[in-house]
Amino acid sequence: MESKSSTTGNRDNPNRNLHGSKTMMASHFLRALFRIQQTSTSSSSAGRSRRIRRAAYASMAYSAGTRRAWSRALLRKLRSRARLRFPRRLSRAATPQRRDMDQAQVLRKLVPGGPSMDDCKLLEETADYIRFLTTQVRLMQTVMDSVSS
Amino acid sequence: MSSRRSRITGKEINELASKLRSLLPESRRRNMSRVSASKLLKETCSYIKSLHREVDDLSSRLSDLMSTMETDSPQAEIIRSILGS
Repeated sequence: MESKSSTTGNRDNPNRNLHGSKTMMASHFLRALFRIQQTSTSSSSAGRSRRIRRAAYASMAYSAGTRRAWSRALLRKLRSRARLRFPRRLSRAATPQRRDMDQAQVLRKLVPGGPSMDDCKLLEETADYIRFLTTQVRLMQTVMDSVSS
Repeated sequence: MSSRRSRITGKEINELASKLRSLLPESRRRNMSRVSASKLLKETCSYIKSLHREVDDLSSRLSDLMSTMETDSPQAEIIRSILGS
């Protein structure tokens, strides 16, 4: 598999960032899956599911490296063995949202490292995070398809 | 949670809007050509949440699949040797 270095001249072309990362992501994730399969017993399906989920976010973060605030934040969370949570619901009963402000706050809670970003940086990080997320999802779908055929 | 908010110009809001729009997949982009940045932000949040849910869902499905798989199939060996672990 060809992979391109992700160090030089990648700032202008976001897709080039992703190419070498995809390879890293796939190999990291597959390795993790093998490990999980070998070390989990049949009675711990929920535990195994959590480990796979964790491996998914780890692959994303490791392949993105420390270039990005979101991946640094994810790596910190993973290393501290903290539970990986992303808020799904609004914490308070729905009060009428005050336009841009509250939605940006919601976004900050969804993107790792969000709370410490200003609006401009939040947007850049969101774009990168979404790219890596969709790549990871597609990777998992591919693994699913090839294993179940 | 502190966040420094610089004053955003109208032009920057348009750029923000088009950038947000470009993050969404085609299926979500359809009605978003003339909506506010706020709505786009909301749609972006909704999209990220759905991606998180997909990761969860695929994780549990992969877990179920694993329980039915043999640990040392020939395919697994091939993949392992390619990975070089």
